[in-house]
Amino acid sequence: MANDSAVEPHGRTARGEQAPRERVVLDDVGIRRALVRIAHEVVERNEDLHGLYVVGIPNGGVPLARQLAEALREITGIEVAVGILDTTLYRDDLTGSGERPPLRRTEMPSAVDDRIVVLVDDVFSTGRTVRAAMDALMDFGRPRAVQVVALVDRGHRELPIKIDYVGKNIPTSRHERVVLRGREGSLEGPLEVVVHDEGGRAR
Amino acid sequence: MMGRDLLGIEDLDREHIERILETAKHMQEVGRRDVKKVPTLRGRTIINLFFEPSTRTRTSFEIAGKRLSADVVNFSASSSSLTKAETILDTAKTLDAMDADAVVVRHKVAGVPKRIADALAAPVINAGDGAHEHPTQALLDLLTVWEEKGRVDGLSVTIVGDVLHSRVARSNIYGFQKLGAEVRVAAPPTMIPAGVESLGVKVFTSLREALDGADVVMVLRIQHERLQGAYVPSIREYAATFGVDRAKLRFAKDDAIVMHPGPINRGVELSHDLADRRPGVVLDQVRNGVALRMAVLYLYAGRRDPRPGGDA
Amino acid sequence: MSRIWIHGGRVLDPGAGLDARLDVLLEDGRVAAVGDDLAPVGAERVDAAGCWVAPGLVDLHTHLREPGQEYKEDIASGGRAAAAGGFTAVACMANTDPVNDDPSVTDFILDRARQDAPVRVYPVAAATRGLRGETMTEMAALAAAGAVAFSDDGRTIMDSGVMRRVLEYSRLVGAPVIVHAEDRTLVGEGVVNEGPVSTRLGLPGNPAVAETVCVARDLMLAEATGAHLHVGHVSTAGAVELIRAARARGVHVTAEVTPHHLTLTDEATLGYDTNTKMAPPLRSAADVRACRAALADGTLDAVATDHAPHAVHEKEVDFAEAPNGIIGLETAIPVALDLVRAGEISPLEWVRRMSSNPARILNRPGGRLAAGAPADVVVIDPERRWTYDPAKGFSKSRNSPWAGQPLVGRAVVTIVAGRLVYHVDRGVLA
Repeated sequence: MANDSAVEPHGRTARGEQAPRERVVLDDVGIRRALVRIAHEVVERNEDLHGLYVVGIPNGGVPLARQLAEALREITGIEVAVGILDTTLYRDDLTGSGERPPLRRTEMPSAVDDRIVVLVDDVFSTGRTVRAAMDALMDFGRPRAVQVVALVDRGHRELPIKIDYVGKNIPTSRHERVVLRGREGSLEGPLEVVVHDEGGRAR
Repeated sequence: MMGRDLLGIEDLDREHIERILETAKHMQEVGRRDVKKVPTLRGRTIINLFFEPSTRTRTSFEIAGKRLSADVVNFSASSSSLTKAETILDTAKTLDAMDADAVVVRHKVAGVPKRIADALAAPVINAGDGAHEHPTQALLDLLTVWEEKGRVDGLSVTIVGDVLHSRVARSNIYGFQKLGAEVRVAAPPTMIPAGVESLGVKVFTSLREALDGADVVMVLRIQHERLQGAYVPSIREYAATFGVDRAKLRFAKDDAIVMHPGPINRGVELSHDLADRRPGVVLDQVRNGVALRMAVLYLYAGRRDPRPGGDA
Repeated sequence: MSRIWIHGGRVLDPGAGLDARLDVLLEDGRVAAVGDDLAPVGAERVDAAGCWVAPGLVDLHTHLREPGQEYKEDIASGGRAAAAGGFTAVACMANTDPVNDDPSVTDFILDRARQDAPVRVYPVAAATRGLRGETMTEMAALAAAGAVAFSDDGRTIMDSGVMRRVLEYSRLVGAPVIVHAEDRTLVGEGVVNEGPVSTRLGLPGNPAVAETVCVARDLMLAEATGAHLHVGHVSTAGAVELIRAARARGVHVTAEVTPHHLTLTDEATLGYDTNTKMAPPLRSAADVRACRAALADGTLDAVATDHAPHAVHEKEVDFAEAPNGIIGLETAIPVALDLVRAGEISPLEWVRRMSSNPARILNRPGGRLAAGAPADVVVIDPERRWTYDPAKGFSKSRNSPWAGQPLVGRAVVTIVAGRLVYHVDRGVLA
């Protein structure tokens, strides 16, 4: 099961060929705008922003969480708590004899108890990543509520997980891959969301 | 691609070692949480097959497995039918029949984990075999040095003590060299293994010269039950010539750290002072041991071969 | 009147210095003639085209395990393995249960051999009672019962005083004393050759000096007593040098080396396979080179297998617990032929080391093909390719490092006392 938020080498498939068909569905400006809009929605929906905890799911959710927190600060003047929560250890697909996926950073500087946790994921598809994130979150404490931000909803839900705030809905077919990546190769710089068409090849 | 088993550092390349260490760093974070448990190995069975008694290592593996939600089962040589007469093959077949997801083996004779691995479909982790290797110890030592010094490349590491009988020494020699450190060994001549220079280390019989410029001083345990009179004339003489204390540490670098795999013969190979206080980092090693073993279990457990005996 | 006509082979008779394409005629248990194009009437024909025809190989050093350990091997199965390996005679060591330190045991062994063994069996009796290294055995009585030599093989006589008396007394019967030269106090717990390999393996090392110290002592004692010392399974360059120097001084010393010590180094133990564990252990490449050169120049007189069967369950334990030894009767030819293939020794000299010299050391007939000699003959195909599967072999045991390996060279026919006892396509026929 591929992790849709993996950053791909720029424009090339794993075999080094030019990606068959690739289109940018959201550029850096579009991403910022979407997050600003979402920030407004978050403010509208939540009375007490001091109780907010914005938690990004690596890799793509991390810069997005930061941007969201920044947008919230600009709107409200409040510095919300920010965290990073890797879900790898909670995945439901760690079986078989293949190599285990690498672990990513987890930094949860604030306590989770009684907070409103806003989970931030880049590309939402089956819902399994958010499910794993919620399980991880529950091991950290008892949040008052959990809300989910997805920059992109590409469809193909497999679990009954609801997204509270969507950046953009992008219907895709199963043989397309949707990825958040750094336009210049790093997630610290300008970002973009790209859809690869793998030409109907089954994964 | 990582092999199915972790039998020794000698077979690992630098990339694999770094992968294990990076994974261990993430596992350290789990150990800092309130709820020190993740569901990753839920439903997996890990068997600790310890032919040699060991509380520390076995407990470390047990805690590591439980933090990953695995079911950990302990087989110790005295409590089961594992007598000398039972062949390694029979033991391995019994384990296979129990569908273990990982088997952690410790034995006083070198080569047993490999023989078990050859006959098993489940992954085998070597927890120490004779004087051959103790890979998880060396890995946690590397992790500790990496944290203290920020790197391993270019460091000077001096291993002091009964190198002849030490699997910890051998694994660390391989590990530190693969990550770019210079390794020295210091011991009385009777405790230097034949041909050890062929492993790329510099050999010293003077502690003072061996410590000169050392960033890391790794002290090995001397087993006085076995060795007194035979390899060194007395414990007293050993402590005087090779025991590491703050005074002798002056010959090393000012910011050198002191390590020991435990258990420590206080006042013999390591002073009380360094066992308890910095620059001794023994407790950090123990703490890192759990995180390291969690990393190893995460990366290796459950990756069974489709049929016993492993790859051709 | 039974006649066998061996036709078209390359006859190698070290006794006569003969290396030529000739026929050999055997009649009534003796060699009747060796010559060109004999075409005898009424003889069983053995086609030896492309093969060597040599006096039957003689193994100075085997363990047949009977009496007492018949689950590993017995005289019948060991005898069959010998025949299949091209041997027409084997000397069997005394570390049985009971130990062969009494004529009754010697009688028993010879009796079993007469009934069940397709090859000649020469018992080697113990040098000290119970192999305990304390009291000499009754060498005269044992020799009268049929013992051809004396040895505590498996053990070393550590008390030099006892060793001296054993060598002195052996002169009474004129039989060689065969030594297993390993100073126990230097071996310690060693299970592999001490060196970079033992360091990498993490197993206790058995240093070369354990052998050289003991060989040095035994050579000095042999020199002082005038006895015939035969050094068993030499494995080190140091021992080779000592033997060479002693012989130059006139000491009556002979020595043997095993096929494995001529071809395998301690690196073979790197996988912890207990079928590479034996005493003395496999040594360094330099030791192997020295032994090969010494066999070629005659410092080492003979190749002997030290065939040491052990049951599968005994070897399938950890390396330190596993008993020492490997079987070797059925693989001696292809493995030892390595020296011929490498050009280090001629076929004729090779046959001398495998047949004539061992017979001479034991003071037995054999090792010659001249008219009148016993009809003990082996036909060897030095180019024959085969894969060794000990499960399909004649020994009861399987502990061989060559199991499953492709080998080159094999006995195709073995004849003992004028009777065909082994044919490669038909098995043992006795």
